[in-house]
Amino acid sequence: MNLVPLFVAVPLAAAFIIPLLGIWWKKSGEVLAPVCTAALAIMAIVQTGAPASVHHMGGWAPPVGIAMVSDGLSTLLLIAINIVAFVSIIFSLKYMKVYTGLTKYYALFMLMVAGMNGVVLSGDLFNIYVFLEIASIASYALVAFGVDAEELEAGFKYLILGSVASVMLLFAIGTVYAVTGSLNMADVAREISVRFGTSMNPALLLAGAMFLMGFGLKAALVPFHAWLPDAHPSAPAPISAMLSGVVIKSLGIYAICRVFFHVFGVASGAGGSVIYANSMIAFAVLSIVLGGVLAIGQWDYKRLLAYSSIGQVGYIMLGIGVGARVLATGGQLSVAALAILGGLFHLINHAAFKSLLFLSSGAVQHATGTRDMKQLGGLRETMPITSWTINLGALSIAGVPPFSGFWSKLIIIIATIKAGHFVIAAVAMAFAFVTLAYYVKVQREVIFGSVTKLVERAREVPALMYVPLIILAIVCVGFGLLYPVIGARILEPARDALMNGTEYIQLVLG
Amino acid sequence: MTVYFLCVVLLTMGLYCLVAKKNIVKKVIGIVIMDYAVNLYLIIIGYKTGGVAPIIEADMPLSTLERFVDPLPQALVLTSIVIGLGVMSLMVAMCIRLYEKHGTFDMSVISKLRG
Amino acid sequence: MKGMTLIVKTITDFVAGFIVIFGAYIVLYGHLTPGGGFAGGVIVACAFILLMLAHGADVAFSKLPEKVAHVMDSAGALAFLGIGWFGLTAGFFFMNTFGRGEMFKLFSSGMILPFNIAIAFKVGSSLFLVFSALAIFRRRSFRAMIEDELA
Repeated sequence: MNLVPLFVAVPLAAAFIIPLLGIWWKKSGEVLAPVCTAALAIMAIVQTGAPASVHHMGGWAPPVGIAMVSDGLSTLLLIAINIVAFVSIIFSLKYMKVYTGLTKYYALFMLMVAGMNGVVLSGDLFNIYVFLEIASIASYALVAFGVDAEELEAGFKYLILGSVASVMLLFAIGTVYAVTGSLNMADVAREISVRFGTSMNPALLLAGAMFLMGFGLKAALVPFHAWLPDAHPSAPAPISAMLSGVVIKSLGIYAICRVFFHVFGVASGAGGSVIYANSMIAFAVLSIVLGGVLAIGQWDYKRLLAYSSIGQVGYIMLGIGVGARVLATGGQLSVAALAILGGLFHLINHAAFKSLLFLSSGAVQHATGTRDMKQLGGLRETMPITSWTINLGALSIAGVPPFSGFWSKLIIIIATIKAGHFVIAAVAMAFAFVTLAYYVKVQREVIFGSVTKLVERAREVPALMYVPLIILAIVCVGFGLLYPVIGARILEPARDALMNGTEYIQLVLG
Repeated sequence: MTVYFLCVVLLTMGLYCLVAKKNIVKKVIGIVIMDYAVNLYLIIIGYKTGGVAPIIEADMPLSTLERFVDPLPQALVLTSIVIGLGVMSLMVAMCIRLYEKHGTFDMSVISKLRG
Repeated sequence: MKGMTLIVKTITDFVAGFIVIFGAYIVLYGHLTPGGGFAGGVIVACAFILLMLAHGADVAFSKLPEKVAHVMDSAGALAFLGIGWFGLTAGFFFMNTFGRGEMFKLFSSGMILPFNIAIAFKVGSSLFLVFSALAIFRRRSFRAMIEDELA
């Protein structure tokens, strides 16, 4: 039986069973949510071996019916989403005990996972919008979960900006429907390539700009990043891990890749592709620069991690943008393949180590009660497991060999140099050193150094909280050392799916 | 053509309301206006001059089927209205909680985080 | 919440039942005329909200207790998902396996009628719960603010 629709149906069912049982059995969320996410993680790992497949909802064939499509890019993101969700739920079993209303927390979390899985698997433009809204609304409520003044304000700001992005997305979807007469992504791709070829339709250019703005806000690209430095620190730690680890990638980066590479036909050099690719590269460079510059001066641990997220998403977008530009201007296919591979590898690496770092910040906050780095220090004396996982995560994200972050950043920079953008490659390399600088600052302030008063009284966090950290640290190290296995099974199908735009049309429409 | 232009004018009015007003309830109203402007845009895309509502009745000549307005954007708008309702109720709930914490609806008093 | 004047209370007593019947009509004929689950559910919720506005929260909760509303909420969504899963017996999710019947009758078009009813339950109870949460919260927090001032 096809596993594809179960990725949405199972968390959706869990999201509604948890409140129903929670009326009589208070701990329903704490039992059902881990079971459900464990099942999803296993299904995601099984799905990597399966070939690309299409599931017609209700038996109606596309383009009349709605289809759920799973190809290489979808399976890459499914693995990231479900494994990070499983790890975050295990972490939140103990961490969220200080909050009340936990039934609603687990129900909203399951809704967020269902929404993200739906975005990644949908074959329809409007279905992407609906699932994106489901995931976004659940995340707005989760950011403001502990209703303090600071969290409410951050949640409100995120909510307002996210709603503006959704309005722009709906406008773009309406424009695409008006021009092509269909909403199925493969059908729209075929219409655009047949009717417009390499010339540019002004309405489609407007739609492309609005898509880039809407999805760029969800992905926190500069200049649409203003919600992220407030929302990620204020959310509870497992929600920060989910947001920074997978939400900004599946709702933002994946959607940009899917819409621009497959629907607008950037991979085959359709009209307007050079403009889109140039804007992607411009946003990426701005993100790298702004994320690096603003992260150095931060003394709040989670805020530094949030700015670092902006910078690293810039690296991902740089890899994908350089690949898009090489494909759009008809350059060498091998250079484009290298750039896109680097971007996707950095995507899955960042999901692993940023969620590790945010979960560890939650562990530190649970044990010491603060996230101000001036009051922390010498953590390795009292909390050895947490500090070693922070060490591994920080070394990975800073790009120290042989951890995974080094390889992905190296591939992106090499591809940028091969494509001829020497200035951009120099900027990316310089800011890789800046990343190293602020993570060394984190290590010096938090882990090494003399033990402060707050850290003296801290004890190691309970097992349910450090086991997810160990799992994610093993994943970080594993991606670096076991690249041949992982690359062949997960990354190269995703890269091939992005490079061959027209194969998507044949896969869906038969 | 003027109808599309008026839709964009409505969208811009909602955006102005969101940006320029300091009361957070007025900002919420701005977002709701923008939502409805885009819903209106979606419905107008499906219009056809001399069109009738896309409802099949029992004794209808087959030629009427060609004069139907496009029903697909209407289904999209139904979904979009529900989504707008969900977001609006969440926004209003957050406004009430913010009022309880700060005692005012003024954004310049509430916003302490620097972003 | 204390309620409104006598005129409003009397008219509400007459009208609330008809509003529920009208909402049920829009839900049940959703596959033939405009409307369907969402619109009908909103109208049914409006009847209970009207009760809450006119008489006060206590009367509204005696007609539809909070716990029943929560159960109807989740049960409606689960019924929708259950019917979708049931289509899996014919091969795909949401496949229409119920009987199609004759055109323009009440029991035509297979699965759409149970979907409309499930959505009406979910949307109606959700809207009622949202309104009651916003209204009662304000009452409780206002009272808490006053008690803080006096204490």
